[in-house]
Amino acid sequence: MTSSGMSSRGMTGGLRAAVEAVRRHRVAAVLLFLLVFPLLMPYQALAINILIFGLFAVGFNLLFGYTGLLSFGHAAFLGVGSYLTGIGMVHMGLPWGLALALGVACAGLAGLVIGYLAIRTRGIYFSMVTLALAQIVYYAFYKAERWTGGENGLRGIQVPGFELAGFRFDFLDPTTKYYVILAFVAAALWFVSRVLASPFGAVIEAVRENEKRAAACGYDVARTKLLVFVLSALICGLAGALRALHLSVVPIDSLHYLLSGQAVMMCLLGGMGTFFGPFVGAGVFLTLEDVMTTLTSHWMAVVGAVFMVFVLYFPAGLWGSLLRQVDRRLERAG
Amino acid sequence: MEISASLVALQLVTGIALGAVYALLAIGLSLIFGMLTVVNFAHGAFFMVGGFVGLYFMGLTGNFWFSLVLTPLVVGALGLVVERFLVRPLYGRGIDYPLLLTFGLSWVLIEAMRVLFGIEGLPSSTPAELRGSVDLGFGFFPKYRLFLIFATAVVVLALWLFLEKTRYGLIVRAGSRDGEICKVLGVDVARVWLMVFGIGTAIAGLSGVLAAPTRAVNPEMGIPVLAESFVVTVVGGMGSLPGAVVAGLLVGIVFSMTSLFAPEFAELSIFVLMAVVLLVRPQGFFGKAGLMG
Repeated sequence: MTSSGMSSRGMTGGLRAAVEAVRRHRVAAVLLFLLVFPLLMPYQALAINILIFGLFAVGFNLLFGYTGLLSFGHAAFLGVGSYLTGIGMVHMGLPWGLALALGVACAGLAGLVIGYLAIRTRGIYFSMVTLALAQIVYYAFYKAERWTGGENGLRGIQVPGFELAGFRFDFLDPTTKYYVILAFVAAALWFVSRVLASPFGAVIEAVRENEKRAAACGYDVARTKLLVFVLSALICGLAGALRALHLSVVPIDSLHYLLSGQAVMMCLLGGMGTFFGPFVGAGVFLTLEDVMTTLTSHWMAVVGAVFMVFVLYFPAGLWGSLLRQVDRRLERAG
Repeated sequence: MEISASLVALQLVTGIALGAVYALLAIGLSLIFGMLTVVNFAHGAFFMVGGFVGLYFMGLTGNFWFSLVLTPLVVGALGLVVERFLVRPLYGRGIDYPLLLTFGLSWVLIEAMRVLFGIEGLPSSTPAELRGSVDLGFGFFPKYRLFLIFATAVVVLALWLFLEKTRYGLIVRAGSRDGEICKVLGVDVARVWLMVFGIGTAIAGLSGVLAAPTRAVNPEMGIPVLAESFVVTVVGGMGSLPGAVVAGLLVGIVFSMTSLFAPEFAELSIFVLMAVVLLVRPQGFFGKAGLMG
C-alpha cells in the first residue's frame, strides 16, 4: 500500500516537473519535437507541409485562440505572403531572402487594411466581414494575371543553393529544405512566445475574456485588436512566403476562404489558445488528408465530419484536452 | 461596344433578377440569424443541395413546378435534422460554435453531392414554359429572369404575411426580440427555433432550384455564393428582412452594372461595396447599431 502510494506520488512529481519544464520552455520543447519530426513522417514533403501549415495555424491562433476573434479571412495573408515572395523573385529578380521579407511585409500591410475595417465589427459579423474582405484580395490577384498568373497560379519560383557559415545548403534536398524552413519557424515561434509572455499578451487575453472590462481598465481595445491582427497577419504571411519557396509555385487557391477555413479547422482540432495545439491540428488534418486521399476521393467529407465531432464533443481539441487531463490529474494529486 | 440607354436599362433588369436570388439567400440567412443568432456557414451548401435536388426532381417528373414546391420541402427537412441533432447541442456555448459546425457541415454536404451526382455536376435547362424572351419596350429580356423577380416577390410577400399576420409569425418575432421572456410566457422556444432553421434552409434550397437554370449546377456552386450572401447581409444589416431585400437588389445591380462597364471588376465590385458600407455605416442599411457593439 504505502510503497505503491509512494511510487505514484513520485510519478506525479515527475509529471509535474516535466509539465512545468515544458510550459516554461515551450519554444524549446516545440523545437525539440520539430527537430526529430521528419524522422517520424513517411516522407519529407508532408513534414514540410505540416511545418508550414502549423505556423499558419499558430498565426491564426494568436487571433482566434488568444484574442477570441474568429477570422475567416486569414488565407489572404498566407496568399499575399506567398504571392509577393513569388513576384519578388520571378518579376523583380530579388534574392529569395529579400523576397521573403517583401512577402511578410505586404502580408502585414494587408493585415493592417483588412484589420482596420474588420475590427469595426464584432462577434459573428467579424467572421463574415473578414471572409468577404479576404475575397477582395482573392479576386484582385485572380484578375492581375500579368503579375500573378491568374487561374494558373504563379510559377517558376526557384531557390538556388546557398552557402552559409561554410555549409552548402541545397534547397532541392527535402531534408535541407525542412531544416531551413524550420529555422524561420523557430524564429517566429520565439517571437510569438515573447508576445504572449509580455504584458501585451496579458492584455489580449483580457480582451478575449471580457472586452468591456479590459476597456474599463484603461486599455485601448480597438488598437489592441488591430495590433494582434497585424501580428497574426505577419506570422501567416511568413507561413505563406515559406510555402512559396517550398512549392516553387503559388496556386490561386492560396487566397481562397476555404484555406482560411482550414486554419480554423487545424486550430480547433489541435486546441485553440494552446501553444503547441496548432501544430498538432495541422499534423492531424494534413495526415488525415494524406491518408484519406489514398483511400477515397471524398476525403473532405471525412475531415468535415471529424471536425463536426470535435466542435460538438471536444471543443478543446486534441492537445487542449490532453493538457486538461494532465492538469486535472495533478490537481487531484494535490 | 456602343453602350446605349436601352442596353443599360436591360442590364439593370438583369441586375434586379440576379439581386432577387441574392435577396432570397440573404433572407434565409437573416431569418436564422435574427432568431437563433447563428450564422449558417452551410447556407451556400444548402443552396447547392437545392440546385441538385431541384434538377433531380425535374429529371424524375419532367415538371419544373413540381420540383419548385418539393425541393424546398426536402432541403428544409434536411435543415430540421441539422438543427435538431447538430446545432441544438451548441446553444449557449458561444456564438462561434454553430458557425464552426456549419462550416464543417458544408464540407460534408459538398462531398455528399459529389458522391450522389458526380463531381461534374448536372446540366440544367430552362423549363419550357419560361423559355424565350419578352419585349420590355427597350429591348428583349429572358422570360425566366423576369420569373425570378416575380418568384422572389411572391416569397417575400408570403414571408411578410407569415411574420406579420399569423400567430406563428408573432411568436417568431417575439422570440427574436427576447427568447427568455417567450419561454417564461410558455412558448416552446426550442420548437420555434427548429421551425425557423427549417424555413431558412428551405429558402436557401428554393433559391438553389430557382438559380439552377441560370448557372452551372456543381458541388462547388455554393462556395462563392456563401461569400456573396455575406456581403448582402452585411450591407443590408444582419437580421433585417427589408435590409436583405434592398441590399440583395443593390448588390445584383452593382454586379451587373460593373460587368457592363468594367467587366474585370465585376466580382470585385460587390466586395468593395461592402467595404465602403462598413466604413460609412458599419451596422448596414437596416441593422441595429447594438448588434455591432
